[in-house]
Amino acid sequence: MKDTPLSNCERDFLLKAIEEKKRLDGRQTYDYRKMKITFGTDFGCCFVDLGKTRVMAQVSGELVTPKENRPNEGIMFFNIELSPMASPAFEAGRQSELSVKLNRQLERCLRNSKCLDTESLCVVSGEKVWQIRVDVHMLNHDGNLMDAASIAAITALCHFRRPDVGIQGDDVTVYSPEERDPIPLSIYHMPISVSFSFFQQGTYLLVDPCEREERVMDGLLMIAMNKHREICSIQSSGGIMLLKEQVMRCSKIASVKVSEITELISKALENDKKARKAGGKCGFAESMPQERITALKMDETPVEMTDVTDRANDIVQKAEAPPQTYPLQSLNNSSIYQDHCGDVVEISDSEEEEVVILHPEKADKAPT
Amino acid sequence: MMEVCGSSNVTLREFGSEQSLLSRPDGSASFIQGDTSVLAAAYGPAEVKVSKEIYDRATLEVLIQPKVGLPSVRERAQEQCVRETCEASLLLSLHPRSSLTLILQLIHDDGSLLSCFLNAACVALMDAGLPMSRLFCGVTCAIDADGQIITDPTAAQEKESRALMTFAIDATERRVMMSSTRGSFSVHELQQCIAVSQKASEKIFQFYRDSVRRRYSKTL
Repeated sequence: MKDTPLSNCERDFLLKAIEEKKRLDGRQTYDYRKMKITFGTDFGCCFVDLGKTRVMAQVSGELVTPKENRPNEGIMFFNIELSPMASPAFEAGRQSELSVKLNRQLERCLRNSKCLDTESLCVVSGEKVWQIRVDVHMLNHDGNLMDAASIAAITALCHFRRPDVGIQGDDVTVYSPEERDPIPLSIYHMPISVSFSFFQQGTYLLVDPCEREERVMDGLLMIAMNKHREICSIQSSGGIMLLKEQVMRCSKIASVKVSEITELISKALENDKKARKAGGKCGFAESMPQERITALKMDETPVEMTDVTDRANDIVQKAEAPPQTYPLQSLNNSSIYQDHCGDVVEISDSEEEEVVILHPEKADKAPT
Repeated sequence: MMEVCGSSNVTLREFGSEQSLLSRPDGSASFIQGDTSVLAAAYGPAEVKVSKEIYDRATLEVLIQPKVGLPSVRERAQEQCVRETCEASLLLSLHPRSSLTLILQLIHDDGSLLSCFLNAACVALMDAGLPMSRLFCGVTCAIDADGQIITDPTAAQEKESRALMTFAIDATERRVMMSSTRGSFSVHELQQCIAVSQKASEKIFQFYRDSVRRRYSKTL
């Protein structure tokens, strides 16, 4: 499916509006869209809504053999799926340029910054370590997929609990969640990426571009930072030339935004922890908004079964009796098929023989 | 011959659905059965690749995305079941040489997954406004070790069951459109499960009606 192309009048309108410091949705230059973070039923599942952009991240872990050059460290694996659900332009199974770019950026942001303590993932040195796998699915593309993906990934990693492991000598036992409480991963810091889009050869700058703004931008600067004002990764794409002052200004803006976002993430994690401790059901079902006109819920209902047995017996009796089956007998090298009229036809196994056409009255024997 | 169980086991779990929750797809819906939840998005009618076009009908493509990893053979089998049901109910000849795409994303699996996919697919197609000759719903039945029939089983109940059956039931005449089964069962048990599914489908179709009525209540 092809995406609808951007018309010239839309492009001109957007650029003109940006020159006058106006945005389509009325935001200021440095404003983020409304962000909402919710969690799923099991640990490690997190949804992030950035305006209309929607992203889901799932963290899972399994025991594998470690890499040969790093026998003491666990493995982290990232995968960003550009689901065709998010945009008609995304195709299933094809590694598009955007998907490669997002995957690489997320890896640099989370793996190279060493935000996760990989040595704590080691169970038996050289033999068994935990492989933590983060799958991020894009559900709706309305711009700035990178920021939403990085927030979802780091929140899901903070939310995830891995099964507890016991080591007695050479035996390794993995305890199920019912036997022993699962333990959280050790996260040093939370790197979050902030995207800046540039227009008119670097003259104008917008934070958190929406999908329309992304289509008309000249270049994108992505800065990944944590709340301690340490830059984890910078990436500039699109071929625009930026001045040193511009980059410094962007990093200052990013540090402000990152601290706000980190606070939001911590609050969401706290709320979820409280809700789970209180024992209530949590997950997608509960976070479904009830006051909306487009949502509806129905409680558990019994199904009436009064005449089910009678109907079933009725149908079975009315149906024909199943055909009788006859066993197949082998004679020499060919097989004999006995059809329901009792005629015996010999079918040869050889492929060079002609196909046998069976008639109920007379049977044609294949030349043997 | 197996006896039908008492009505205590034959319940449908808590249902929920939300429509039009994504802005890009033409139609989208989330469907929740107990803890099993699925997100569906429908695009169409749209441009189709020349290699896939059919001269007198629309080409329907169904994609099921698992939560972890890439789609495997299991997803392909489920896609085929959903696709056959949708092709039987959509009026494809109204949009020749077009493509209709249905994408189903698994959010959480706690049993009765294929029927949740079918229900979410139907609500998403309704939300997209695609013309259909009949609505459909999915119901899963499990036969446990004692021979009791359980509808809408959880994952734990599915694991203990001797047989697991999913039926797609149509709304107009309550007939079976698609069936997918696993395990061994007798002919009597099959007919009983079909009868139970037909009864259960009435509740689901009433739910569809209520949610659509609620959705359009403000514009009426």
